[in-house]
Amino acid sequence: MSYTKPLPRIDTLNQPFWDAAKQNRLVVQCCTACGDTRFPPSPVCPKCLSAEQTWKDVSGRGTLQSWVEFHRAYWDGFKPDLPYKCCMVQLEEGPLLVSNLVGSDANAKLGAPVRVVFEPVTDEITLPKFTLA
Amino acid sequence: MTRDAGLTRDAGLTWDAGLTLDAGLTRNARHDTDAGHDGREKRMSGLDDLKDKIAVIGVGNTRYGPFPETDEYGLAAQAFRNAVADCGIDKNQVDGLLVCRIPYYARMGEVLGLNPRWSLTLPPHGRMSGMGIIEAATAIAAGHATHVALMYANIGRSRRVNYGGDENPGTWDPWGFTSPGAAHAMMFRRHMEMYGTTTRQLAEVSVAVRHHASLNPDAVMRNPFSIDDHENARFITAPLRLLDYCLINDGAVCLILTSRERARDFAKPPVLISGFGAQETFSPSSISNYDHEFWYPALQAAGEQAYRMAGVGHDDIDALMCYDNFSPTVLFSLEGLGFCPRGESGRFVEGGTLKLGNRLPLNTDGGHLSNSYMQGWALNVEAVRQLRGECGARQVPDCEVVQYVQATPCTRSIIYTRG
Repeated sequence: MSYTKPLPRIDTLNQPFWDAAKQNRLVVQCCTACGDTRFPPSPVCPKCLSAEQTWKDVSGRGTLQSWVEFHRAYWDGFKPDLPYKCCMVQLEEGPLLVSNLVGSDANAKLGAPVRVVFEPVTDEITLPKFTLA
Repeated sequence: MTRDAGLTRDAGLTWDAGLTLDAGLTRNARHDTDAGHDGREKRMSGLDDLKDKIAVIGVGNTRYGPFPETDEYGLAAQAFRNAVADCGIDKNQVDGLLVCRIPYYARMGEVLGLNPRWSLTLPPHGRMSGMGIIEAATAIAAGHATHVALMYANIGRSRRVNYGGDENPGTWDPWGFTSPGAAHAMMFRRHMEMYGTTTRQLAEVSVAVRHHASLNPDAVMRNPFSIDDHENARFITAPLRLLDYCLINDGAVCLILTSRERARDFAKPPVLISGFGAQETFSPSSISNYDHEFWYPALQAAGEQAYRMAGVGHDDIDALMCYDNFSPTVLFSLEGLGFCPRGESGRFVEGGTLKLGNRLPLNTDGGHLSNSYMQGWALNVEAVRQLRGECGARQVPDCEVVQYVQATPCTRSIIYTRG
């Protein structure tokens, strides 16, 4: 069965994120000069402009900053999932990520602890998603 | 959009190196008030000199609706004709041309028979009106042009623009997170959680704006609705519903600006640009149309600058023209500008605060939510018409000061007064 949702546009900059996700690891880009972390990645560090950037594993733990429920599908592939939930997560290590909130949201509230789960969607792509911890 | 050294010199202004340095300082102002404040003091000494120096002399717009038979040039030309007729200018006096959401500036010039001394093209983003008006004003002050026509056209309805999905590829597409509406839903949920704001309070925005549209014979959507109607509307991206979303329609808008001195030569009483302020928020641009702080620091900075330059305060504002792409933006703007304390916009708007005749009339033409999706441009036209007293059933009595604000990654505020 073909996968009908949008897939990430992988480039040399973000390739390590998707390679790690496939191994069920969550990583963020990290500046070797000043330690700033972020996702999506940047060609230079937005804080210190160093071009020396690496990737580091993060805990996969964070807090729920917000969440929404889509009742409209902007891609046909999402129609069977309606309504589906997206969330804003702040990782323990700092970066903000957008993802899907999976599992019950009965206890969703600002600041609620969340943890990453990995959902393989194709042979190549695994999506990091989050669930209430 | 870069203000180069030539502009600074020509205008005789005092934008010094502080301007460049301030960009960093202002963003950090929330952490270090003293440094940010000092930084802004330096910058504003130059902008303050432009108070009341530039006037809007002509405004025009098309009808709003679906117009599949034409295109951006056809729509913009009609708005330009109307603005020319409005002020009685000889169109060949126009020596500056600023276009937004029009495919090719040179074709626009060709269509109108204009070869201006100065032109500027802005991208088709919903945040360029405030930027464009300020840039045109500074261009006139610097001597780049004497009479600038600003034109915006949108044919998104006939072209079936969706504002999401593959039209606007983004980092978060694999998770299905797309569209400016969803970003505003994300912010509003956060506001609800942080401050206890309710969707019934949010409804006050859409209800007030639709009430105003019902008084505007040119508005696209004119049937009034209640808070309960808002609560029963279908979700698009919860917690936001259909009635929290702006329209998508075709149309065009034109404004013509010149110096205060030259403004006396034209048909209508000039409306003065008395103050303006600006602050960008470019991080996180990867989560487009989202700011974790509801653009509060940017609104504070832009608002303080505009109020100070114009020499007015909140109580002087007779009407607020607020970029209402989605209803929560209005709540964020009220807090950031300081019409109410942070987190209290929900309570502030309860009971019809934003309706004509009450404390702070909002978007008296019906705004983006009910009049027309002209991405801020029509709100600036409405500010001019209110100050001229041309608004009929929706006229704010004794209207002397009108403020425009756009809470977006490019936050701008402009304060207009009667000339």
